[in-house]
Amino acid sequence: MLSPTILIPAILNGLLIGAIYALVALGLTLIYGVLHIINFAHGALLSAALFAAFFAFRLLGLDPYVAVVLLAPLFFALGYGLQRFIIGPASHGDERNMLLVTLGIAVIIENTLLYVFRADTRTIDVPYAFQTIDVGSTFLAVSRVVGFVAAFAVALALWLVMTFTDTGRAIRAVAKEKLGAELAGINVAHVYAVTFGLGTACVAIAACLLIPSYYVNPTVGDAFVLVAFTIVVLGGMGSVPGALVGALLIGVAESLSGLFLGESLGQIGIFLIFIVVLLVRPSGLFGARA
Amino acid sequence: MKHHSQPLKDISPLIGPNGAGKTTLFSIISGFIKASGGAVRYAGEDITGEPPHRLARRGIARTFQIVQPFVGLSVRENILVGAHLHHRTRSAALAVADQIGHDVGLGEFLNRPADTLTVAGRKRLELARALATGPKVLLLDEVLAGLNPSEVRDIVPVIRDLCRRGITILMIEHVMQAVMSLAEHVFVLAEGRIIAQGPPAQVVADPVVVEAYLGHGAAAKLGTSYGR
Amino acid sequence: MKALIPTAAVLAVLAAVPLVVHSNVTLNFLVVALMIALAGQGWNILGGYGGQYSFGHAAFFGTGAYVTASLQVRYGINAWIGFAAGIAAGAVLGAVLGALTFRSGLRGSYFALVTLAFAEVLRIIASVAPITGAGVGTLIKLDLGIRNLQFQSRAAFYWIILALVGVSLVTAQLIERSRFGIWLIAVRENEDAAKALGVNVNGVKLAAMVMSAAITAAAGCFYAQYFLFVDSGIAYGTWISIQALLTPIIGGVGTVFGPLLGALVVKSLGEAAKLLTGDAPGLDLIIYGAVLVLVIWFTPRGLIGGLTQARKLLMRRSGPAAPSAGEARHG
Repeated sequence: MLSPTILIPAILNGLLIGAIYALVALGLTLIYGVLHIINFAHGALLSAALFAAFFAFRLLGLDPYVAVVLLAPLFFALGYGLQRFIIGPASHGDERNMLLVTLGIAVIIENTLLYVFRADTRTIDVPYAFQTIDVGSTFLAVSRVVGFVAAFAVALALWLVMTFTDTGRAIRAVAKEKLGAELAGINVAHVYAVTFGLGTACVAIAACLLIPSYYVNPTVGDAFVLVAFTIVVLGGMGSVPGALVGALLIGVAESLSGLFLGESLGQIGIFLIFIVVLLVRPSGLFGARA
Repeated sequence: MKHHSQPLKDISPLIGPNGAGKTTLFSIISGFIKASGGAVRYAGEDITGEPPHRLARRGIARTFQIVQPFVGLSVRENILVGAHLHHRTRSAALAVADQIGHDVGLGEFLNRPADTLTVAGRKRLELARALATGPKVLLLDEVLAGLNPSEVRDIVPVIRDLCRRGITILMIEHVMQAVMSLAEHVFVLAEGRIIAQGPPAQVVADPVVVEAYLGHGAAAKLGTSYGR
Repeated sequence: MKALIPTAAVLAVLAAVPLVVHSNVTLNFLVVALMIALAGQGWNILGGYGGQYSFGHAAFFGTGAYVTASLQVRYGINAWIGFAAGIAAGAVLGAVLGALTFRSGLRGSYFALVTLAFAEVLRIIASVAPITGAGVGTLIKLDLGIRNLQFQSRAAFYWIILALVGVSLVTAQLIERSRFGIWLIAVRENEDAAKALGVNVNGVKLAAMVMSAAITAAAGCFYAQYFLFVDSGIAYGTWISIQALLTPIIGGVGTVFGPLLGALVVKSLGEAAKLLTGDAPGLDLIIYGAVLVLVIWFTPRGLIGGLTQARKLLMRRSGPAAPSAGEARHG
């Protein structure tokens, strides 16, 4: 069981899937870092994005890697609209209310998907679905490798935006000191909405990267997002490097525990890590003391 | 922080420049922050690191620099929370709450929601709540901050009255008119240590104190006798 | 005990219902609504009065259901004892969960997350563990008789669940009038201020959690006896976590009758939706989600809170002793 020929592919695959987790986690940690709420709708949005990618392929014939160009802005707008016109106004600025509103939205989105599309699982067939790359000791799925590279590209792009653009500076200002930012003339509601939009766009990109090698049903997003929650807590709420490192760690951990414990119990492993981290060190590896 | 043992006179103001550690000291005494070293003793016992609620039961109460009323509750209900510490039944606690509400001058506002009070009213509410716990020692953290001169003038007798009930008061304060009129003995804190203590007039003229507030060499510049 | 009169009145009226209503469909609807109300009453103690929002109350519901069912099916234990054991198991779980989370200082979003995760862990374990019947679930044998807590008539079940709801109403009422209650509310409003006033915040939260868990577990035990079947999705699914928090929020968090009112409203909406658009999976939850968002948006204090506010506004406008806006500001 512990021979390198089995371990190394497991670790490599863990890293690859970890990168996709990272994209989902990035969106979550960005939203938390700026709005200081845990977006409970993140999972449902991922499910919705997967369905969108699915139908982009089935109805419009768009390959997921192409559909990204359409879906990312679309979901950015969706996220922007959700925060600006529903979550923001409905919460009246109260953190507890925001939790409930995002929960409500999650329930609405997920059950709408369930109602409209039923619980059947769907997949798409892309020509490269089973293509692999030979990396010496093992074969890696092309789609996963693309996903890995793309995830880092997105993280880099995000970093560039945050560091060098005015919007990025405004976001960082609001994250650090909301009142001060407001007094300096920054439109906080707009910044919140942009942040939410960015987080949702990350999710859409993750969906497009996932769909070639994964399946689609209304509850898939939840499973992913609980992993993303774990990553964000492990890496530190609001920390982008934390999300990346945490994601890779968790990806590898999941891969290895799946190897030793089997599918369903592997999932428990993630949750238990999650609960333990929350109880022992809620600020995570990179986060500031909560 | 340097070890200090303090025989408390009735009202002991604690003054000092910003960042001196006054609120930190209060937070350590009242159990909200852990001290990195040293001990806090009260009535002969070591109480270092005891949690705030247990200290409150011992009779050490504190107010907060930024007032924190229980927003969803009425003024009476706010005081009730404190009153229940030593009074189990609702009726007994209510009686205490009403009495204290009147004592601090909030009698007509007892039924109002706490968030409809002005700043001055909220300060009195902070006082009332802490008082309701029947403290022997009361730590007042800048209870006069944000009040205009007439509001200060109105609340000072309330504070002085607390002394007459036998409560020892330790108060962090920047409002000098109150410090001067309330206290016989003042402590000056700077950079985590007590740099002077004594009667107010003497302390404010002390060049060490002047320098702590205004910087190195200020005492010489201003001349050693300072403050009318 | 004058304050208990409204509760007694409400219970009396509700108890009379099966005497005039004989339709099984309606009775079934009411039984389920009351069961959800009970789960909500439990949530309300920790969330409504205590301000700690749990997103995983299914953990207690499911534990109550499984313990009740398993004890009967696997060990032949009497149904009533099983019921009591289920409640006790819920309480113990609440104590453990509370001790872990509150000692770590978890609040707000983190607390919601941890409770969510806990419920999920239990669901996954229940879906594979042999003791819960794994994927197949646990089926209680149909064996009518008061000894087995199984009845032919819905009215009998109705009165049982009503009695449990009654206990929860009285509990909430007693909490409101007690020292524990004001301390719990103080914790909700401002933990630090409460600490400074002598409130043992962790102790209070823990006690609230245990009570909350026990009451919601009772709802789970009842489910097992009424439907005679439990599986991991039923026991620990998000459907019950959502409804346990939805009903108090809609009816009025931190009020005695909030969850009961909320449950009746929510369930009625669900039924109305089914009548209009047919029975499809997910539809009722869509409505619940929408109602949750709308209630938080427009009446965050729920129906009862909204009514209270309206009444206060009317009193202020018409009362002769009402202070003017300027006077009200003077402190």
